[in-house]
Amino acid sequence: MPQEFSQIDRRHPRNDALPKALGLERFAADHYPEGLLWAGARRAGIPHARIRTVDVSAAAALPGVVRVLTRADVAGSNLQGIVHKDQPVLAGDKVRHCGDAVALVLAVDRETLARALSLVRLDLEPLPGVFDPAQALKKGAPLVHEGRRGGNVLVRASIRTGRGAAVLRECPVVVRGTFSTPMQAHAFIETENGTARLLPDGTLEMTVSTQAPFRDRFEIAQALGLDPMRIRVVAPYLGGGFGGKDGATVQCLLALAALHAGGRPVKMWWEREESMLAGYKRHAARLTYALGADRDGTLRALSCRIVMDSGAYAHLGGEVMALGMESAGGPYRIPHADIRGLCVYTNNPVAGAFRGFGAAQTAFAAERMMDRLAEKLGMDPLELRLRNALRRGDRNAAGVTMTASTGMAACLEALRAHPAYAAREAWKRAAPPHARRGAGVAAACIGVGYGRGLPDAATARIELTETGTFRIFNAVPDMGQGNASAFALIAAEALGQSPASFELVQPDTACCLPSGSSSAGRTTYTYGNALVRACGALRDRLLVRGAMALLADDTADLTLAPGAVRHVKSGRAVPLALLARMMILEDRTATAEFVMPVTPDATGGKGFVIGFPHLLFAYAAVLALSEVDELTGAVRVRRFVSATDGGRVLNPQGFEQQVAGALIQGMGWALSEDVLTREGRILNPDLSTYLVPTAADAPEVDCLAVDSVEETGPFGMKGIGEVNLNAALPSIGAAVQDACGARLDAAPLTPEKVLGARPRRARRTP
Amino acid sequence: MTIRFLLNGREVACESAPDRRAVDLLREEFGLTGVKEGCGGGECGACAVLVDGSARLSCLMLAAQLAGRSVVTVEGLGTAEAPHPLQTAFAEHGAVQCGYCAPGMLMAAADLLARDPSPDREAIAGAVSGTLCRCGGYGKIVEAVERAAEAMRPGPVRKALRKKRGGA
Repeated sequence: MPQEFSQIDRRHPRNDALPKALGLERFAADHYPEGLLWAGARRAGIPHARIRTVDVSAAAALPGVVRVLTRADVAGSNLQGIVHKDQPVLAGDKVRHCGDAVALVLAVDRETLARALSLVRLDLEPLPGVFDPAQALKKGAPLVHEGRRGGNVLVRASIRTGRGAAVLRECPVVVRGTFSTPMQAHAFIETENGTARLLPDGTLEMTVSTQAPFRDRFEIAQALGLDPMRIRVVAPYLGGGFGGKDGATVQCLLALAALHAGGRPVKMWWEREESMLAGYKRHAARLTYALGADRDGTLRALSCRIVMDSGAYAHLGGEVMALGMESAGGPYRIPHADIRGLCVYTNNPVAGAFRGFGAAQTAFAAERMMDRLAEKLGMDPLELRLRNALRRGDRNAAGVTMTASTGMAACLEALRAHPAYAAREAWKRAAPPHARRGAGVAAACIGVGYGRGLPDAATARIELTETGTFRIFNAVPDMGQGNASAFALIAAEALGQSPASFELVQPDTACCLPSGSSSAGRTTYTYGNALVRACGALRDRLLVRGAMALLADDTADLTLAPGAVRHVKSGRAVPLALLARMMILEDRTATAEFVMPVTPDATGGKGFVIGFPHLLFAYAAVLALSEVDELTGAVRVRRFVSATDGGRVLNPQGFEQQVAGALIQGMGWALSEDVLTREGRILNPDLSTYLVPTAADAPEVDCLAVDSVEETGPFGMKGIGEVNLNAALPSIGAAVQDACGARLDAAPLTPEKVLGARPRRARRTP
Repeated sequence: MTIRFLLNGREVACESAPDRRAVDLLREEFGLTGVKEGCGGGECGACAVLVDGSARLSCLMLAAQLAGRSVVTVEGLGTAEAPHPLQTAFAEHGAVQCGYCAPGMLMAAADLLARDPSPDREAIAGAVSGTLCRCGGYGKIVEAVERAAEAMRPGPVRKALRKKRGGA
């Protein structure tokens, strides 16, 4: 592998940045095909009910209404779901959460659509519901899915390593705690949307804001009884995703609408409140921990019970929990563990994939337990973490051996060496009037890729265009993380060309090749690896064709130079523009596959379907410097310092975007974001009541990358998108405790909770 | 009714119900999809446009309210051939991630720089705090506005030249 790079690890503006800043990039929401109809769903509005009748007559009679569809109009299984198919496209017999769709209306404009939706008359017989997992697990509790084996338990899984929790009894020091984390909304600014049209030849053409266009085809086809290969999905740049556009949002409804639109294009665009109501959320979790150590701080045993609220449907509940359980012991060596997880159906909004994916929830518990242990042992929290940090060859609490790059200790050391870490006590002493300052450290890890049980594969396609430039057929949606631009850099490096000579085609199932979803920190790693291979194949071919043009009898004498194939000794060259004209499209095209390697580890995990264990992990250590207002209890994070091991950094600008972005999204979850429900109904369904961080809340963020190379990655990278999110909440929690003594085990750390949790002696201003 | 106004420097007229939302008129009638919509309730700032030079939320304005005004959308701020310094700075300094908030951010920033050519970081953060960036890219957004402000201010040479001309 070359160590001297011409493009990698240099600061580049992203390819999509200027078109987006000019307002020229067209997101899915920006498509308004000629003659379009608007489609919208009538939502149940009741968390649990038997459907007696859905009377569409008044709605259908409204002028301007083209069709009103119900369950009876769905020809396929009517079931959506990525792994477990349990979510109806249109509910027929019962509704399981307020956001269930019961009717689908097609109308000529939005005003008519809104009126028609209100004219659909629902006769629903309310059923008693279950609104938290504890209630759902009680004997005789109402069943969310009747007749299902396992009742309200979606997945029950366990991991036992070493001698399990029994070892806690042998530990001289044991700390215990119970933690809870709230439901979080993705709140991407571009809400769920798409357009669709049934072409005369029977092809269903769709443009959707989606993270998984290839999987969408199969999900739609199965639910609606269609041929997946007659569905074309195009995925332009997304206005945010974060996991919430992984799996069906508008897809099946939109496709169903298009089937009944008489060939006219259909547009569906969820309003903000509908996005909150029907969109996926981060699983609320309750975590009960016991952690045992020797007096010198060496971790010995862990027991944890994790309960996650899946809401009304499965989505990726089992897989989210698997990832959380895999990281339940944090990035540490713990030889004995008993980790149990339950993912439970309730009549709450549906939980699904969200950046941090289960590991964010367990990181809060694991890290705050480490702080508690440090406190009990009188040790420095960072030193305690460093003492136990996973190194290559170690096994984590879930029994997964770290066989790949493992930079946890390097991250902690980098954080310790940062000037802000050394200066933290002085910074705290300089607190302004009526404020207390605190510093907190957290470490986090997260598995990269799908994990065992499902091939994490991508197929790259690149072509030399007729004009001698290059075109990359990106097949994994760019939801803002910048993978598309990273692909241009990777190809530029691999082919020795200027990044400006690459254009990017965004995912389109008609011309790009199946490459999985934009998720799991796998996007750039997997497709990037495939792309490096495809570039190698294309280079070899260009050298062979160039040899012909240059009458060279040995391709070893040739090199692919910027814009030309050159004969090294003579200096003669054939421009790529000329070479391209001598080649047909097939000859100018190269494709290559890559399948992520998996861990050979057989661990003691039981009950997982897919997604456990992983081979690769990303790591981060974060320092949060926070200020607590003594009068209001409001917490402000003033600065984050993060040290990340995501493998080699491809583009420092993109790295900083992802690190800071994850921390700020995690900060929102730590301080203000909480989807509040009462009996399954959302109380804060808009952005004036569900509060995400603004520019005025954003702290300064220092983004350090530790020197790390993942040998299996494209130019040594792993993945950086998620891991920092996991460290935000625990580091802020520690900082708040350090500032004012308030130990809060239930996130978010709202001003009310902070004021209420301060110990008496800390309530006086000194 | 017929609504006449100045759109990105060009006089335009269109037939519209007076109570149509300005954001819909701009996006659907004029194809200016750089004007984004994220909430429809004045909470996210994505739909901001400049109305007579001030950033206004087009999801809270009605078509009739545009009559006789000068409206500038992100498409009118600069072009691919001649981007506005703010657009250049956003692209160069990493202020664009998913980019869905970028047009609204740019409008808020343009409004600020017209009032205050040398804002400090706090003033910039305050000015764009009505626009939500869910990618959390605020640090680079503030930095890009700072850089653009620098690029737009007359530098020492231009200042000196102006002084000389003025004095002569």
